[in-house]
This record gives sequence, structure tokens and C-alpha cells, in this order.
Amino acid sequence: MDYSQYLLSILVWLPIISGIVLLVIGDGGDAKSSKASTMRIIALGMSLLTFVLSIALYAWFDNTETGMQFIERFAWIPALNAYYYLGIDGISAPLILLTTFITPLVVLTSWDVIKVRPAQFFAAFLILEGLMIGVFSALDGLLFYVFWEAMLVPMFLIIGVWGGERRIYATLKFFLYTFLGSVLMLVAFIYLYGQTGSFDMFGWMNVTIGLTAQKFIFIAFLIAFAVKVPMWPVHTWLPDAHVEAPTGGSVILAAIMLKMGGYGFLRLSLPMVPDGSAYFSGLVIAMSLIAIVYIGFVALMQKDMKKLIAYSSIAHMGFVTLGFFLLWSIQSGSGAGLGMTGGMVQMVSHGLISGAMFLCVGVLYDRVHSRKIADYGGVANTMPVFAAFMVLFSMANAGLPGTSGFVGEFMVIIASFKANFWFAFLGASTLVLGAAYTLWMVKRVIYGEIANDDVAELEDLNIREFVVLGVLAVAVLLIGLWPAPLVDMMNVTVDQLIQQIGHSKL
Amino acid sequence: MYSYYLTIVLAPLAAAIVAGLFGKQIGRAGAHWITILAVGLSCVLSMFVLKEMFWGGAVAENIHVYTWAVTDGLRMEVGFLVDRLTALMMVVVTFVSFSVHIYTIGYMHDDPGYQRFFSYISLFTFSMLMLVMSNNFLQLFFGWEAVGLVSYLLIGFWYKRESAIFANLKAFLVNRVGDFGFILGIAAIVMFTGSLDYAEVFGQAESVAAQQFEVFPGAPWNAMTVACILLFIGAMGKSAQAPLHVWLPDSMEGPTPISALIHAATMVTAGIFMVARMSPLFELSETALAVVITIGAITAFFMGLLGIVQNDIKRVVAYSTLSQLGYMTVALGASAYSAAIFHLMTHAFFKALLFLAAGSVIIAMHHEQDIRKMGGLRKYMPITYWTALIGSLALIGFPGLSGFFSKDLLIEAVKESHWHGQGAVYWIAYLSVLLGVFVTALYSFRMFFLVFHGKARMDKETKSHLHETPWVVTAPLIMLAIPSAIIGWITVNDVLFNNYFGDAIVVSSAHDVLAHMGESFHGSLSLLKHAPQTPVFWLAAGGVFSAWFLYLRRPDIPVTIKRKLSGIYTLLDRKYYFDDLYIKGFAAGGRGIGRFLWEKGDQLIIDGIIVNGTARSVGKLAGVMRQIQTGYLYTYAFAMIIGLTMLLSWLIWFR
Repeated sequence: MDYSQYLLSILVWLPIISGIVLLVIGDGGDAKSSKASTMRIIALGMSLLTFVLSIALYAWFDNTETGMQFIERFAWIPALNAYYYLGIDGISAPLILLTTFITPLVVLTSWDVIKVRPAQFFAAFLILEGLMIGVFSALDGLLFYVFWEAMLVPMFLIIGVWGGERRIYATLKFFLYTFLGSVLMLVAFIYLYGQTGSFDMFGWMNVTIGLTAQKFIFIAFLIAFAVKVPMWPVHTWLPDAHVEAPTGGSVILAAIMLKMGGYGFLRLSLPMVPDGSAYFSGLVIAMSLIAIVYIGFVALMQKDMKKLIAYSSIAHMGFVTLGFFLLWSIQSGSGAGLGMTGGMVQMVSHGLISGAMFLCVGVLYDRVHSRKIADYGGVANTMPVFAAFMVLFSMANAGLPGTSGFVGEFMVIIASFKANFWFAFLGASTLVLGAAYTLWMVKRVIYGEIANDDVAELEDLNIREFVVLGVLAVAVLLIGLWPAPLVDMMNVTVDQLIQQIGHSKL
Repeated sequence: MYSYYLTIVLAPLAAAIVAGLFGKQIGRAGAHWITILAVGLSCVLSMFVLKEMFWGGAVAENIHVYTWAVTDGLRMEVGFLVDRLTALMMVVVTFVSFSVHIYTIGYMHDDPGYQRFFSYISLFTFSMLMLVMSNNFLQLFFGWEAVGLVSYLLIGFWYKRESAIFANLKAFLVNRVGDFGFILGIAAIVMFTGSLDYAEVFGQAESVAAQQFEVFPGAPWNAMTVACILLFIGAMGKSAQAPLHVWLPDSMEGPTPISALIHAATMVTAGIFMVARMSPLFELSETALAVVITIGAITAFFMGLLGIVQNDIKRVVAYSTLSQLGYMTVALGASAYSAAIFHLMTHAFFKALLFLAAGSVIIAMHHEQDIRKMGGLRKYMPITYWTALIGSLALIGFPGLSGFFSKDLLIEAVKESHWHGQGAVYWIAYLSVLLGVFVTALYSFRMFFLVFHGKARMDKETKSHLHETPWVVTAPLIMLAIPSAIIGWITVNDVLFNNYFGDAIVVSSAHDVLAHMGESFHGSLSLLKHAPQTPVFWLAAGGVFSAWFLYLRRPDIPVTIKRKLSGIYTLLDRKYYFDDLYIKGFAAGGRGIGRFLWEKGDQLIIDGIIVNGTARSVGKLAGVMRQIQTGYLYTYAFAMIIGLTMLLSWLIWFR
């Protein structure tokens, strides 16, 4: 029997079932017990196994295939004509790999940092991993929606239970913001279901929809996804959520959950309501450019490292949405694909870099229990190895060529020049702003004389932290120096998508 | 040759990685040996490549190394274009880098970051080679930013010093302003030609120049002018042209070896190299060339003036570098690309020499850098003295030394560039470079006399320890003094007039002033003989004489001048207030905008009014609704009756 045809299901359910097992067994309420450490090892082992299996996914993935791959389709709720329907293409495959890559690192990061209910904590991450892979591979609207909403629950708990002082405010804000958005998405789904009588996303892509309906559907999707990305002006939940979340939560949130918004635009908005997308593309571009410039300035003034990185995330995600919606502004020739691929590369790269940046802050927070920039200074004196990593990731955050941060931004800036000089002008301002807020933070935290006794007593990275940051550093450099494998996965699908968008559905 | 090129590039990278990651294991000696051997290997191979190009009849090679990514029809690749321009740059970069590597053994002898330093300078060599050897814009930008990164790391090498970490942030950000233009320039190139590859882009240059592009709607500009000016903004950042020059003097906070290598000889000339490389593009836009020559002229003259009032030995040399970079830029703007590259080469040798000599003085003075506290060092440091003299004379263009040939002919070329018209652009350029000669001689010999001649003004303690620096410091001085003296004499004819660069540099016949000058050029010796007949010679002599008279014979006069012309002095001392403008204007303004957007936009409007406001309103509404739900039966009965009445009346009257 060929198990490869069930690979996606395995990737979705293996972590979820492992998570449930962890919940059932529990840790006996003692983080130091041997039971708790067994749970940690199980969590790490299962997340690593998932990653290894996803490598098989990569190996078997066919870059030249225009349609979906690894398709699984079974009747799920026949009364609603809903199917358990999974499949991936060049848009979702890189994001699944990102998910399986980041999760073991998060488990390692949280290893002995989490003192309360460790088994439940790791279970939440494993379940979340499975649900996120589910979102990226679901091709049935109802299934997609179930994964999408279910994903909120573990994240809600991670912030609400293991978060900081204002965690209740942050979780509520996070939950209400995203839930409000996704309810509108559900309304759009129900409309589409009414039109086609099925939840099949391909059916939704091919059905004819009037312009007014397309506009409404687009707006519903826009609100849902803009909150997730997050785009200006619905971004204010993110800094609060990040500040209160434990390090692992921040990493997952920044690295993967934000990508749901970008993924939604590609999987739902653009192919299903192309005319609505065309109609509102100017609005999305404007929101993206505001995100890049406005948020860049806001990031400059942050006093809390996590907030700074959260704002920097918003600015960087601006390139994603900018790249996706350039299509209609480019009068002639190629360029739309460049923008779209650039946006997708930016999603993956941002996952690695922002994840790494949050981990760096986490390393400091674990030692000093402060995220305030003012509480640090001269960290390089006592933590030289950590300082090297932090400077590397900061440079990547500032989009230095040779790191993954450059690849997507470069492609999007070039594509946006083709669309309009001023798009590129505003977009390229990130070269200055991104460098300014990131390196100013580095200057105040890493460089200088030892600022206080806390910094003087800092110990450099332990093996566990070194491995986590080292693995991320390799990934960031690898994509920066040779993005071809990543880009090749996307090319065919992007061409396909652009053709799809090119056909009016009116 | 492919394996040679790869070795030239990768050897320093490998050494940098080993010294950086395994510095502890290989120890101090291990770190300097591995990096010196690697850069030495690159240097020898580069010289071999140059020899093959020059005498061996090797032709330019355009080599694909690997495909970075391909998407949407745009090929992004890594590859080498090795022609005569590249080969010359490779030799300059690796030779100066090699000298600086050796010198570093002495200069950084006691520094705890010894291995890290060697790792950085080798990494720099790799980055710079990637930049000059690139055959496409993507890799050019990679090298461009990579040298910027290493420059950042090295300026902030002594990261405990507040001034150093201020300077490196400033350098990086000002360079990023330039890169902002540069990346837009690259985007413009891709838009107009659909390619990043030099050969393909140059092949389509004519058709680009025939296009129009509207930056501002309704105002079509020549597409080539737009692209070239954007690219040149990048060059202004990297090559520190006014008004993006402010980072270079501050970069002197870094250790002296890197001031010589990065901030004098190589990295800062990347912009000059880039424009020369892009000559097929710039040739097609006289507007862009006029911008280039004007910016260069302003930098050449006004930055030179600042050198006169500086008292820090390294900063004097830094302002001199700014001014000389301005000279090169002027040459580019006059379409005399070969003259710019020729001056780049001679300048790399004598300016690296001057910096290393300054470093030698700094070592002897126990890290005192104020020239007012020096004097009379000639007696104690003969090798440093004589090599510094050669460097200074070469800088001011003393007949026969390398700077004489490069600068004299550069000025001559500007004078001949009548195609700019006889208007302001031409005269600003010509007068700037001409008067700049006097200024150069004045500040150079002011420093030289104050350091090496006259009374010793240091304290007794320092004086008693004065002695010549060890051989690892003086050997590189001699290594650099030789080319500083003779390279001009040997190569002037070939580089400038014998079409050395071939196809690597393209000059349209209408702009080709060097060809015109070549007709009346009869060899180095004849140029030397005619030296006293040129104004350049007398301006330089006047500068040296003034320096001698003002600072050795009558040091009271400068004091009087300073008092009488205090306004001008303050203007120069404050560096034309550029720093104040940037720090109090742009940097503070940026922070102000950030604070405003954060406090008023995010916190007040979005969060305060909309998000939490909505939450509050819902809360209030719920509070009101709660009042109705009293729990008393009669309230509900009353509400029911009212509701029924309204429903019935609606049914009766409106249906």
C-alpha cells in the first residue's frame, strides 16, 4: 500500500493525536517530575517526526505539476455535501514546511522555561501544529473553516494561561479581533455554498458571481485576512498579543499564524473573486504601503523589544500584501508573478526571521525577566555568541542581501516599480526605516558598556538555545544565498494563479 | 581561469569563516596566518589574471556560477564578469587588503578581539571581490550591502565605545539612504530592460535611452536619466559624496587598518567603480553626467576645505579622502572614466599608505590622535616619516609620483570636457578641481609639518617612549610606498591612452576627452618636463609653502585668521552644519513622526477610540439594556403591550 497518498492526513493528525495523548497522560502537575520530562521528549519526538515526514512531502512534491498534489477526498458530511478534502500546491507546500520546521524549535525553546503545566503547554503546540497544517491543506470550505477557527483555541489558551500580566486583555483582544473577521468569512462561505451547493473550493473558484456580490465577498475576506496578516489599521491586537504571549507562542504567532492571512488572500480572495480583488486592489496596496511606512515609524519609538519586533512584523507583512495585489497596476509585460512570488517568499522568510527575533528576546527575557530596551546595554560583553546571532537576525530583519529577508523584498520592490514609481519609492523606504528601528535596538541592547548588574551576570547561550538559533541562522542564510529551491516550488502555481485571476468571473 | 576566479573569491571567505567561528581553537597566530595566506593567495592569483589580461592577451570572460532564482521570466544569477576593469580592481583590492592584513598583526597586537578582526577584514575582501567581479546587478547589490555590513561591524569594532557605536549606526543608515536610490535604480533597469545581467542591459541601453518615464505624472523624463540618477544616489552613499558624506569622517572611530582598507582604498571607491562599470548607461544621459560632475565638484572642493580645520590626524586624512573621491566623481562626470579609475588606483595606494602611516604615528603616540600634541616625530620614526612624505607628495601631485599623473590628467580632462557647455556646470567642475589642488596641498602639509616637524609638543612621558614601530607595521608602509611612488609613471600611458580598458568602458566619441588628450601625450617624461608650466604645479607648491609658512614659521598667523574670520571658521568647524541638520532635523524628526503616529494614531485613534471605544460602547449599551430588564413582571407586561400595540397599528394602517 502506498502511504504517500495519506501523507497530508498523517501530517495533520499525527501532531493532533500526539497532543491529545499528552493531555490525557498529563505531567502530574509537577514540571520537574520525570513524567513531565517524558512528556517533553514525546512532544519533541513527535514534532521532529512530523518534520521528517514533511521532508518526504518536499521530496515527492512535483514542481512542474500545475494542479493539486497529495489529494485526499472522502465524503465527510454528505447532508451538506461537505468533503474531507486535502491537497497542496506551490502556495501551501512551503508554508507547511515552515510549520513543521518551526514547531520542534518552539518545543525546544520552551523546554524547561515553562514551569506550570508543561504537558498541556506542549500539547497545545502540537495540536496547533496539526490544525495549522490542516488550514494550509484543506480544499473544502467547511473543513477549512473548522481548522481555521479551531486554531484559535490553542493559541487563546497559550496566551491566556502561560502569558504575561495583561494576558486577559490581550487574549480577549486577539480573540475578538480575529473572530469578528472570521465570522464575516463564514458568511461569505455560506453565500458561496448557496451558489454552488458544495463546499468544494474549486467549485467556488469556477462559479460565476456578479460584481456586487464579488465586492461584498471580497470585503468579507479582506476583513478576515487583514486582521490575521495583520494589515493597518486592524493591527493593534498584534503588539499586545505578542507582548503577553510566552516566547513559544510569539514565535508560532509571528512565524505561522500571520501567514494565514496571506494564504487566505491567495487561496480564496484572488481566485474566487478576481473582479472584486481588481476593484479593491488599490485599497489593499494603499493599506500595505501605509503599513510599511507608518508602522516603520511607529516601530522606531517602541521601548519594549517584543513590541518593536511585532511592529516590524506588520511592516514586513506589508510587502506580502503589496506583492499579491500589484497584478492590476502593472500595465504590460511580466512583473505580477514576481510580486506574488516575492510576497510568498517574504512570508516564509518572515516566519524564520521574526521567529528568530522573538527567540532572541526570549533568551534575554528568560535571564533578566524584562523586555524593556532600557534595561539592557552591552549584552555583547557577557553574551558574545548570542550577540552574533542577534546581529545576524537583525541584519536579516533589515533585509540584508545574503539573508532570506532580502529575497522577497527585492522581488516586491522590483515588481512594484513596474506598477508605479511611487509604490516602489514608499516600499523601498523600508531599507532606511527597517535598518533604523532594528539596528537602533541592537545598538542600545547589544553594544555599549555593560549597563547594569543584570547584564553583568548574564550567561551566554546554552546548548539548547544555541541549536535553536543556529538552525534558524542556517535556514535564513540558505534561503538568502540560494532561494531557487523555494522559488521553484512556487513558480508553476503562481503562473497558474495569475491565469486564473486573469479570467473575469462576471 | 574559472577555478582561479572561484579561488580568488572563496579563499578569503573560507578564511573568514574559520577565523570567525573557530577563533578560539586556532588561536591568534592561527587566525592571522590563515587569513593572510588566503588573501595572499587571492592577491597573487589576481595579479596573474591581470598579467594574462595585459600581456597574455586574455579576453574578457563572462561566467555563470549558479542560478540564484528564476521567476516570472527574470533570471537572478551569480556570476563573474572579468575584464580589464575588473582585473585592475581585483589587484588593487587584494593588494591593499594583503598589506593591511600584515599591518594588523602589529596594530591590533594586544586587542582581545584579534581573531574577530581578522575574520572581518577577510570577509570584507570577499565581499568587495564579489562586488567588483559581479556580472549582474543582483550580485552587485549583494556585494554593495555586504561591504556595508562589514564596514558597520568594523566601525563598531570597539563596541564599548559610545562614539564607535554611534558612528557605525550612522554609517549604515546614511549608506542605506543611498541604497534606497540604488535599489530603485536597479528596479528601473529591470523595468526598462527586463534583465539584471550587465551584458543584456548594456545591449539594450540605446532603446532605454529612447524611452520616456514619468516619475511625476505629466512630466516625462528620459528613462536613462532616471535610471542613472537613481543608481548614482547609491554611489553617493557608498562613495560619500555630499550630501551623503557625513558618515565617512565618523567612521574613523574604527581601528586604523580598516580606515585604510575600507574607508580609503576600496569600499568607498565602490561607487566610482560602479559608475565606470555602468559607463554604457551613463554615456547616454548627459543630464545624469551633469549631476554627477556637479556633486563631485562640490564634494571635491568643500570637503577639502574642512580638512584644514581638523586636528585629529585620522580625520584630516578622512576629509582628504572625501575630497579625492570628489575628484574621481568629477572625472566620471566628465566621461573620463579611465581617469577616474586611474586616480582610484593611485589613490588606493597612497591613501592607504597615509592612513597606515597615521596609524603608525598613533601607535607610537600611545593612541593620541591630536596633531596639536605631536611634532618633531621625524627624528624618532624615520621609516614612517619617509613613507608618509611619499604618500603626502603623491597626494598633492608632486611631479613624478603617482598622484601627479592621475590628478594632473584628471584636471586636464575636466578642462577639456567642453561638451558640458561653457555654463555653470563646466566652470564649477573645473574651478573646483583646480582650486582644490591648493587646498589639498595646504591641509596635507599642515598635518605633515605639525606631526613630523617643528617642536615636539607631547608630554615627557610619551616622548620618552617614542620609537619607530615594529616591522609588521613598517613593512606594509614600504610595500605601499613603492606603488605610490612609481605606479603612475609606469602605467599612465597604458591605462589612460592606450585603450587599456577596451570594451569594459564605453565612451561616446563626442565625450571622449581622453582620446583628444592622447593626441598630444608624448610619454611620462615629457609630461614631467611640462609640469612647471601648468597651474596645477604652482597651486600645489603654493599650498605646501603656505602650510610651511603658516604652521612652522609663523604659527601666530593661523590663530589670528581664526579669530578674525571666526564666522567662516565656525562654519568649517561645524562641517557646514550637515550633522546638525541630519541629527536634529531628520533623525529627531523621524522619531517625532514615530511618536506621533504611535501615540495619536495607534494608541489614541485606533485602540482608544475605535477598538476600546467600541468595547466601551457595547458595555454602555448593555448597561442601558440591563436597566430595562428589571425582573418585575409588570415591566415586561408593559413592554409586551406596547409592542403588541405597535405591531397591530402597523398591520392596520400600513398594510
